[in-house]
Amino acid sequence: MFDDFMVNTWIAATLVAGVAGVVGFFVVIRGASFAAHALPLSAFPGAAAANLVGVDQLIGVLAFSGFGVAGISQLGRRGRRDVATALSLVMLLGLGALFLSRTTEYFQAIYALLFGEVLGVGAQDLAPLAALSAVSIALTLALFRPLLLSSVSPELAETISVSPRVMEVLFLVVVALATAVALPVVGALLVFSLMVGPASAARTLTSRPLAGLFISAAISIVTVWASIALSFASDWPIGFFVGALSALGYLAGRTWAWVEIQGLSQFRRSR
Amino acid sequence: MTTLLSLVVAPGFFASEPVRTAAVIGGAAAIVSGVVGVFTVIRGQSFAGHALADVSSAGGAGAFLLGINPLSGFLLMGVLAATSMELVRVDRPSERDLVTGIVTGAGLGVAALLLYLNVTTSSTTGAAVTIMFGSMFTISASIVPLAIAVGLAALSAMGVLYRPLLLSSLDPNLAAVQGVPVRLIGLLHLIVVALAVALSAITVGAILSTALLIGPAAIALNLAKRPSVAIFLAAVIGVAATWGGILLAYDSYEWTGGHGWPVSFCIVALIFAAYVVVAEIRLGSRRQPEPGLKPRPREGRATTAG
Repeated sequence: MFDDFMVNTWIAATLVAGVAGVVGFFVVIRGASFAAHALPLSAFPGAAAANLVGVDQLIGVLAFSGFGVAGISQLGRRGRRDVATALSLVMLLGLGALFLSRTTEYFQAIYALLFGEVLGVGAQDLAPLAALSAVSIALTLALFRPLLLSSVSPELAETISVSPRVMEVLFLVVVALATAVALPVVGALLVFSLMVGPASAARTLTSRPLAGLFISAAISIVTVWASIALSFASDWPIGFFVGALSALGYLAGRTWAWVEIQGLSQFRRSR
Repeated sequence: MTTLLSLVVAPGFFASEPVRTAAVIGGAAAIVSGVVGVFTVIRGQSFAGHALADVSSAGGAGAFLLGINPLSGFLLMGVLAATSMELVRVDRPSERDLVTGIVTGAGLGVAALLLYLNVTTSSTTGAAVTIMFGSMFTISASIVPLAIAVGLAALSAMGVLYRPLLLSSLDPNLAAVQGVPVRLIGLLHLIVVALAVALSAITVGAILSTALLIGPAAIALNLAKRPSVAIFLAAVIGVAATWGGILLAYDSYEWTGGHGWPVSFCIVALIFAAYVVVAEIRLGSRRQPEPGLKPRPREGRATTAG
């Protein structure tokens, strides 16, 4: 499990999990899990398109998550945001169906892009991965205060000239960057689970923003490590473990919060 | 006239058996999705609508594994997911999407596992792709009777739910005062969505399922004020887009020299284009407010994505 060829995998997965946990914190406080689902899924045809054109996969993924950001924010100005997200997603997936009909891409590759295949991260993949992770974490931290303010209270944010629309686009860009980091390593569906699950669990544990951010990243990294280990031991796909552990984490967090509230009210009653 | 027709319709279109099956099944899926979708859009539950399609495909993979009718697998998983999405009690509206997301993540994880087990036991490597993108021209005849029954059940459930659902979608507080069980109605609505989505996911694929659920309904709600009119329009638009897409896909074999565009791409492109055009026109007509009137604030919080 800790052989030489697995070291790259552990490093890559840790980077991805950290980025997803940090970005996921904002996904959760903005209630934007649909965008977090739609962007990775609509970036996945980008990989097929890149193979078709013959450029690097990362470029295709970046381009398509860019299209996703543009679609969601542009269409969202004309109507309901969830409708805009859904329609941008299906349009990009439709393009994916078109590209896939052109390539002779074998199904295993598609399965890996969707559900993740953490094995097989080469040493040459680590440098761009680390760079992109650094950029997206730096961007999130740079935006931390305005983004937090505009997520919690858009009206208040506008009074200090933080435009909710600009923040919305920047937020989507951050999610898109995280997607580009994570998609080639863990697959489109895992990116989503990692962005939503750990951060939701973190929010049930603390209401302090900075603590929430770190707890979210920590839970995300632990989830990924445990999933890789379990997947290695059982030979089952890693996607299953990430999804299951994320849901369990959230349930545990909810239960913990509930127990705490019950205990508190009992304490009050006894006084 | 015949030459004019053959310009639009490539020869052999009406005689082709797969085209006829696809037109009938796709049209039926479009009608059910359009009718159900109007409420999904009004209630802002596009994410749940899409997520149910993804999650129900896990049931499809499970049915493959157990060797039972795939449609019953889709339905079972969809209803299970819909119930768990609605049963987790949430305090804030923004948390609803979160719960949807977590159920989806878990469901997709199960899908990954079942697909993997399928691959290792029976080497149906194409299952992931078929389930994701569907293939309208290869619908198996064995699911047709059950599919028709489920479609009719979903439509009649919408008929029964119509009034309380409309009231509790537009004004939940008023509905509660009037004695409408808002939570139960919400649960029943999502179960009907699950039925409709499972039906279209198995016949036309997960992508088209979302496109047909959300697209025609959103276009119709941009065009019509009254919900009953919007429901009718959504069904018509859905069927038109489906048939138009099938025609386009069939014709594209001629234009592209045997390379053809996939049906799902054609239908989605038509729906997307129609939505953009209609939304653009509506935005344009709203840009000139009457003098002295303040422009109406946009619906929904500006910061909530998706």
